[in-house]
Amino acid sequence: MDILKVKDLRKIYHTKKNEILAVENFSFDFKEGEFIAIVGPSGCGKSTILSILCGLDTASGGTIEIDPNLKFGYMLQGDNLFEWQTIFKNCLLGLEINNEVTKESKEYVRQLLKTYGLEEFIDAYPSNLSGGMRQRVSLIRTLATKPDLLILDEPFSALDYQSRLAVSDDVYKIIKQEKKSAIMVTHDISEAISMADKVIVLSQRPSIIKNIYEIKLTDKSTPINNRKAKEFAKYYDLIWKDIDYHV
Amino acid sequence: MYSEEHKAFIRKIRLNKFLIRTTQIMIIVCLIILWQLAADKEWINTFISSSPKAIIDTVVNLYNDGSLFHHIWITFYEVFGSFILGTSIGIIIATILWRFKFLARVLDPYLTVLNSLPKVSLGPIIIIIAGAGTGSIIVMALFISVIITIMDVHQAFINTDPNKVRLLQSFKATKRQIFFKLILPSNFKNIINVCKINTSLTFIGVIMGEFLVSKAGVGYLIMYGSQVFNLNLVVTGIILLAIMASFMYYLILFIEKRLSKIR
Repeated sequence: MDILKVKDLRKIYHTKKNEILAVENFSFDFKEGEFIAIVGPSGCGKSTILSILCGLDTASGGTIEIDPNLKFGYMLQGDNLFEWQTIFKNCLLGLEINNEVTKESKEYVRQLLKTYGLEEFIDAYPSNLSGGMRQRVSLIRTLATKPDLLILDEPFSALDYQSRLAVSDDVYKIIKQEKKSAIMVTHDISEAISMADKVIVLSQRPSIIKNIYEIKLTDKSTPINNRKAKEFAKYYDLIWKDIDYHV
Repeated sequence: MYSEEHKAFIRKIRLNKFLIRTTQIMIIVCLIILWQLAADKEWINTFISSSPKAIIDTVVNLYNDGSLFHHIWITFYEVFGSFILGTSIGIIIATILWRFKFLARVLDPYLTVLNSLPKVSLGPIIIIIAGAGTGSIIVMALFISVIITIMDVHQAFINTDPNKVRLLQSFKATKRQIFFKLILPSNFKNIINVCKINTSLTFIGVIMGEFLVSKAGVGYLIMYGSQVFNLNLVVTGIILLAIMASFMYYLILFIEKRLSKIR
């Protein structure tokens, strides 16, 4: 079932001196339960598309059909935890803003923290947590409002390579376990292939869709395992050529 | 238990701290002794430079005729009042400017001009409007602290991490929620810093005000002393001010510690 239909999305940025066409002709249908990754050269407008989808930015043209009951959960670059609040309070942030803090929702958050190994840190402050744990807290904060569609904007870019692999594995498992749909923007090709069901490759600005790959791997499981699949290198090569990096 | 090396390390830290404290105290004690010695031996003219003994005498005299704490209280009351008023008005206006960007941009040049204007020059106008009394002094101190508070706090507010603002927006937070959940708590340190600056600014403002109009207060003591050429009184006033200002400063440090414990 399609939960989100985007047709001919277009975005122009205005500066005093000129206008910049950031995105053009972006059309895509998102299906429920899918994990989509968007890759492209840096500055090509990947994040712009996400901001428009979740209503933080307005489009200059095109149509977006959204199921009115669809709830977004937005996970930004970096964890953005509030240093002055405990982990538990941080996770309740979205609920507090929407006045949805109830006994049940609190219990749900507590359960999430427990399930994902953060129980002993419930009353700790963010500064006591490692980068990977902070990222998990940030995901739980997003999940606390029970979104249907998760929007991940380069969520792991602040982490070092080792924790990046571990956390992307974690986050992937959490997303699949909670049966969420997700759209992720990244500039890391292997991350996209290892996590997503479909990879959308964008071109240089103005970004248009260059290719959409359905990732079919033998023995598809977790991101770390997926990297070992024999088709992995093939997809990597195709996408790499599409992006056409110039050094 | 700890290793010998660790114990030695701790000892070294303690010793270092002790040495710093002792040297600090020695410096002031030596200065006072030297000052008194120079006065006794008539190396310096005590009429102009006063002496520790004369200062103590002056304090005792003031205490005996009951006016010591009266003057201190008046000044303290003016400083405290204008500090509270200046800081809160400043933060409120900074909040309004944060909320209404248009207004902030419109008012920007006016604030800059007001900020660079020497506030003493407003003295005569303030006296005419607010009357020759405590009111004028507080208004004077307000003028000095409030503009810089507005500018500093507003700057801190608009420099709040934009990613965190976006995070709240993605939860569909209202401006009000963004302010109370993010802007205010995340700028706690900046606000405390502004408070620290404001203590000295309000002191400047109050003393300046007391120089211009007053019938009591430490600034009045200094002004009166200089007019009757009683330098003992002037120096006594300055020392009283130094004590009061550091008291205010440590009070803020104490409040800061308390508040960061609660959070």
